[in-house]
Amino acid sequence: MKITIDADKCCAAGQCVLIAPEVFDQRDEDGVVVVLDDAPPADQHDAVREAAAICPAAVIELHA
Amino acid sequence: MTLSAAAPAPLPVQPPSGCPFDPPPEFSALRTEEPITKISLADGSWAWLATRYADIRAILGDLRFSSDTTLAGYPLSGMTGGATAGEHRGFIRMDPPEHSRLRRMVTREFMVKRVEALRPEIQRITDELCDAMEREQGPVDLVEALALPVPSLVISLLLGVPYDDHGLFQRLTGTLLSRTVADDERALARTELRGYLDRLVTAKEAAPGDDILSRLIVEQQRTGEITHDDVTSFAALLLIAGHETTANMIGLSALTLMRDEESAGRLREDPALIRGAVEELLRFHSIIRNGPRRVATADIEIDGHLIRTGEGVVVAVPSANRDEDVFPDAGRLDVCRPNAQHHVAFGYGIHQCLGQALARVELQVVIGTLLRRFPALRPAVPVDEIPFRTDMSIYGCHALPVTW
Ligand code: HEM
Repeated sequence: MKITIDADKCCAAGQCVLIAPEVFDQRDEDGVVVVLDDAPPADQHDAVREAAAICPAAVIELHA
Repeated sequence: MTLSAAAPAPLPVQPPSGCPFDPPPEFSALRTEEPITKISLADGSWAWLATRYADIRAILGDLRFSSDTTLAGYPLSGMTGGATAGEHRGFIRMDPPEHSRLRRMVTREFMVKRVEALRPEIQRITDELCDAMEREQGPVDLVEALALPVPSLVISLLLGVPYDDHGLFQRLTGTLLSRTVADDERALARTELRGYLDRLVTAKEAAPGDDILSRLIVEQQRTGEITHDDVTSFAALLLIAGHETTANMIGLSALTLMRDEESAGRLREDPALIRGAVEELLRFHSIIRNGPRRVATADIEIDGHLIRTGEGVVVAVPSANRDEDVFPDAGRLDVCRPNAQHHVAFGYGIHQCLGQALARVELQVVIGTLLRRFPALRPAVPVDEIPFRTDMSIYGCHALPVTW
């Protein structure tokens, strides 16, 4: 799994951080998403998929 | 759709009789039969009403549906709240790029780690209010004793608003959010609140402190990004959006858990379940009952219906959150529901609630504390004597007498 994000669209709702805190964080200046691990291990995949599904601004893209 | 000349039915707002926790019963039929339908608004105009989860995410996630209340066709009639439709309406009623520019000035204040750092303070506030409750002899009104003061104290703290003024806010926000007060009375309350906040911002300009308004003044106003009036608009938006919403979720959550011994018992036994339970309570109660609303800025097809430029849309969050296609057995409160967090109680799209992390922590703390400290908490009156807020844009209880 490979994660890409479109930070410009991020509205900093923070849901990804709640769901997958080992993969996503928010940057200090404005709460915009930061990817901590763009190729997360398999045990994170479900949480990452959930974060992508819930993201209100459809910022998180997943690639095989 | 019936092609009669009669005006469409009004936006449903009354819960089914005897089921105060359920959304208006019309929604479930609409979801299957007419998921995109016309409703009439208070002034005789009409708007589309969307009731299905998928349609509602599609609408709120599509920037061609505008939040700008100054656009022709925006369904303003019957809308309540603190903002005007005009210049000082706050970014909740704006579109990008202005919306994004202003929202990003405050997003860091509400990001997850900042809010988590506030948890001990929120716990302290909650404990003090619970201590005061314990000292009372007779039944207390949980709304007055806990549900309103917690979010009021928290947002006052963040904004740097003196807590002594909270009585004034409660009175004004009550008027601003009532669907039954006359428009001119609401306008008066809005002016009064604006005047107060205007003076508060002036005071902070002279002596900035360690709070959101002061940071806006120092970092954004003094650098010319925003004006004094913009700071006042931020204050009004944050104060109103964060106060009665959280308060009513606290009241309703406490009441449902008092009546559901099994769920309450599970949460008491395993407090780690409270996080998920809060998501389920947000889904189940869906307190936003009068919107969100949008106006189409292009001709857009949703679920086979063409919504034309300039037509208004009202989105039924409580209906989306009871959509059986997404939440099986949606009418049941299941504190362990695996996909509860897919709810749209905080909206969806770029306007999704800015204060959601804060609201979550407040709810987690208050519910956990009540379960722990008041295991015998129960309503002091029969449920049919509890005054539910069917007259308000934000659902809940006007009062909730409890004993223990
Ligand atoms: C349980 C409590 C809450 C609920 C159910 C709730 C619900 C919502 C909803 C549905 C929206 C979207 C409106 C739209 O799309 O037009 C929203 C937006 C907003 N909420 Fe909340 N809210 C809650 C608590 C809070 C708190 C505690 C704050 C902060 C102090 C807050 C601040 C805001 C702001 C500033 C917006 C506008 C965001 C934007 O337009 O970008 N809310 N809220």
